[in-house]
Amino acid sequence: MKIRESFIGIALMLSTAFWVTGCSDQAWNNPHPAEDAGKNILYSNFSGPPKHLDPVISYSADEGRFIDQIYDPPLQYHYLKRPFELEANTLTALPEIVYRNADEQPVSAEAEDLAYSDYYFDIKPGIYYQPHPALALNDDGEPYYAFETAAEASQYSALSDFAQTGTRELVAADYTYQIRRLADPTLLSPIRGLLAQYIQGMTEFAEPAKEARAAQQDGEWLDLRTIEFDGIEVIDRYRFRVRLKGKYPQFSYWLAFHFFAPVPPEADRFYSMPGMNDRNITLDWYPIGTGPYMMTKNDPNEAIVLERNPNYRDDFYPAEGEPADRAAGLLDDAGQALPFIDKVVYRLEKESIPLWSKFLQGYYDRSGVASDSFDQAISIDAEGIALSDDMRDRGIKLDIAVMPGTYYFGFNMLDEVVGDTGTVEERERKRLLRHAIAIAYDQEEYISIFYNGRGETGMSPIPPGIFGYQQGEEGVNTSVFDWVNGKPVRKSIDYAKELMARAGYPDGRNAETGEPLVLNFDTTVSSSGGASHDWLIKKMKQLGIQLNIRGSDYNRFKEKMKTGNAQLFQWGWLADYPDAENFLFLLYGPNGQVVTQGAGVNSSNYDNPRYNELFREMKLMENSPERMAIIREMIDITQHDMPWASTFHPHSYVLNNAWVYNSKPHGISKAVLKYMRIDPEQRSAMQESSNRPVLGPLLLVALLVIVLALPGYVGYRRRLNHRVNTVGRQR
Amino acid sequence: MLAYIVRRLLYAVPILIGVNLLTFALFFVVNTPDQMARVQLGDRYVSEVAIQEWKVQRGYDKPLLFNTAHEGPAAVTETIFFEKSLSLFALDFGKSDAGRNIAADIEQRMWPSLAVALPTFAIGIAVNIAFALFVVMFRASLFDTGAMILCVALMSISGVFYVIAGQFFFAKEWNLVPVSGYLSGVDAWRFLLLPVIIGVISGIGGGTRLYRTLFLEEANKDYVRTARAKGVSELTVLFRHILPNGMIPILTSVVVVIPSLFMGSLLVESFFGIPGLGSYTLEAIQAQDFAIVRSMVFLGSVLYIIGLLLTDISYTLVDPRVRLS
Repeated sequence: MKIRESFIGIALMLSTAFWVTGCSDQAWNNPHPAEDAGKNILYSNFSGPPKHLDPVISYSADEGRFIDQIYDPPLQYHYLKRPFELEANTLTALPEIVYRNADEQPVSAEAEDLAYSDYYFDIKPGIYYQPHPALALNDDGEPYYAFETAAEASQYSALSDFAQTGTRELVAADYTYQIRRLADPTLLSPIRGLLAQYIQGMTEFAEPAKEARAAQQDGEWLDLRTIEFDGIEVIDRYRFRVRLKGKYPQFSYWLAFHFFAPVPPEADRFYSMPGMNDRNITLDWYPIGTGPYMMTKNDPNEAIVLERNPNYRDDFYPAEGEPADRAAGLLDDAGQALPFIDKVVYRLEKESIPLWSKFLQGYYDRSGVASDSFDQAISIDAEGIALSDDMRDRGIKLDIAVMPGTYYFGFNMLDEVVGDTGTVEERERKRLLRHAIAIAYDQEEYISIFYNGRGETGMSPIPPGIFGYQQGEEGVNTSVFDWVNGKPVRKSIDYAKELMARAGYPDGRNAETGEPLVLNFDTTVSSSGGASHDWLIKKMKQLGIQLNIRGSDYNRFKEKMKTGNAQLFQWGWLADYPDAENFLFLLYGPNGQVVTQGAGVNSSNYDNPRYNELFREMKLMENSPERMAIIREMIDITQHDMPWASTFHPHSYVLNNAWVYNSKPHGISKAVLKYMRIDPEQRSAMQESSNRPVLGPLLLVALLVIVLALPGYVGYRRRLNHRVNTVGRQR
Repeated sequence: MLAYIVRRLLYAVPILIGVNLLTFALFFVVNTPDQMARVQLGDRYVSEVAIQEWKVQRGYDKPLLFNTAHEGPAAVTETIFFEKSLSLFALDFGKSDAGRNIAADIEQRMWPSLAVALPTFAIGIAVNIAFALFVVMFRASLFDTGAMILCVALMSISGVFYVIAGQFFFAKEWNLVPVSGYLSGVDAWRFLLLPVIIGVISGIGGGTRLYRTLFLEEANKDYVRTARAKGVSELTVLFRHILPNGMIPILTSVVVVIPSLFMGSLLVESFFGIPGLGSYTLEAIQAQDFAIVRSMVFLGSVLYIIGLLLTDISYTLVDPRVRLS
């Protein structure tokens, strides 16, 4: 009886639960809270917790997509214009640059005695921080929260637990405070070493900052303003100056990074209070900014939520763009106040299959295209790549953009077999060997097989959209391609074999010893690597080369690269900023991995004196025909020396549901959320129509259970009856 | 019994030291502090100075096991192993190498793990026992054979298949539950329903076969025959006689896993987006975060030891003949 009652109880409970869900307007499979239905909320996802949200530490795209909506650096990129263009963000205009000589006298940008570059910043008045407890004040104008012991913090487990919040106007000193934080060696900013080469006084700031930190008690705040920093100066409430040593034109690009976003000293004090760190309440977890959004929930195991900053300044959708933007509807919102979306919910999705299902159900507004859903989303025919019919029927839109990045198949130029080592004759033979391999490495086929065609073969390190990129015949890598009928055609394998013979390896064998040429491809071990390794072995076999795959874990691989023990490898680079320097420095000698003990970006350890000289010259120039000529010469040198066998520039594919507007991929900036718009009503209608519960299969399952259980029950009854009858007969 | 428990707890100390030493050795065979620093600081522009600073800040600048720069006890205490291990015995997990308070993270993530694991565990046991008893009732029949074939089939299917098929049918095709995700509070049940059902179904094969074997052994004993001879109904025989006596071996396999339930399930939590502890250790290994790895391994060992102790204690509760001394 009890058992039967339990079953009835469970059945009733489940029925009630389904009934309750069914009574609400929300679809049963809707993963979002019912109270949020129909609201102006964008739903997105993330695949792993961000490591750092502190603007001096964070340096990954996965983190930038959150904090770049919150932090307000002085400059930003124009959302629609291409090539990428910097514009003022919190400034009244682009910073004024005054070049000076050692005597502090103004000089021209080209002056030989140029010693300093002074950047003058003028902030727009009336910009306010998001509501934040660090800025809450009591009646005496003192900080509302000022803990003296860790016990006082014990009642708080998240920033939202602090009931009192406040705000204040953004001032120039907030920017200079952040530059001090960048210079603080204990905060471990990844770009401190780089910037210290240029910002006056940054290196000198490190030692006293370190000493002051060492002298601190636990829970004590170090006010970095108390440490001398002669490269920065607050001129008045809204103006400040940064002095660079010499000239560094790329500094403007760094000013569009969150590294230079303002952090109020009050926030630093607040997060330094005793007990806060133990509660995981830190600036690395809870950002504070003046940007369009503020982080109201940071639970990276579940969801990260950004909400509209109620104090956000006047900011408007751009009225200009590329010629095609108007036809694409990207200028329909010109002049409208930003941001459009009230709230953004990022949910943790580690697996691609549930993510894709929820995108199709309309519960995520945007999605990338994973390899396992590529065939469902994209169709490839003679006319090229397009959305599949299914996606088009759903009203889904596809954004394709060339990412400002370069993936390459490189040689270690310090290697004895393939590198640039030995006598002049030996070096030439090794160059011919690299040349032959470059022809055999069919990049177009590789992209087609392993990237579903999402990429394009590169002719140089510089991707499309960046000054220095050359299209068509002008830009073709003539070492590897011929220009035939208006398009590049890869040179033949026969030609590559001829090069092999000239290199001293006819048919892949050493002409002197007869030994087969064995090369090593160094890579990290991954389950997906097998097929591409087989492909690579096959390609090298065409030249008679025996390719040995040397897989290792990431640490070992990095160690090999650092010590110059790799031979052939694949690597990639995504731009920090849209300047040729940010790609050509990948082959600049002093950036070599070995000479910098792993800190450099030149993985090939390529070191050509002429190239290095041109690089130094090009780096200091503004974009101009003269600069283009230098870049062309640099590219010619690399195409001759062949430190990389091949390059390709990946494409990004983003799918937007029908109710998402103003989406235009921006390969550099992540601060694009404020431009996006959604139509929540359109979304709700779609969700309702396509997610109605299907109860038939459930009834079928129930019926199946009954059908299966019935023989058991009948058998059980028969067994009971059988025993009673038998006993009766015996009597 | 108290003396027994104290003795077992004291035995645990050398075990935990051994586990700690092994974890430490395995971790640092694969990773060096320099490599850990590189992973934490990122790939770009990371200078040697920054790496050294990172190591100093987190105490990885010291020798691993023996410090030749010191004499006496300091030669052992001024090492990474000693400094990182001692606090664990006070259950002070400290901070992760990324700077997060590990105890706070565990506290936050254990509840969603428990929300999935507990019902899956409890319902799973109930279903497996009920199904096993049902099969035992029809032992040596066609139904028994069919049920065992079904169980083997269920065992042979990969866990991922259950998850993907469950999501495809229940969430995508029939729109009955969300594909994945999690909301805290009462809304959580909508997200737990499918993982729990899948967890229970995927466990039926193995569980039923094990329990059937245990129950069959009991079903052939004299006291069961006597009960039947007395005219006791089959249901009563199964639930009042066979089940309690079959519980002792079941306890062995069940109680030991109870404390570990909150450690979560990697597969289920990953696919269903449950923000639990299942992937915490794996993420830490990938991030080369030794602080989390050592804490979680230590915690796992402690829980396993507690589980074994609870198993021993539970014997005395279900079988009066067992005495702990």
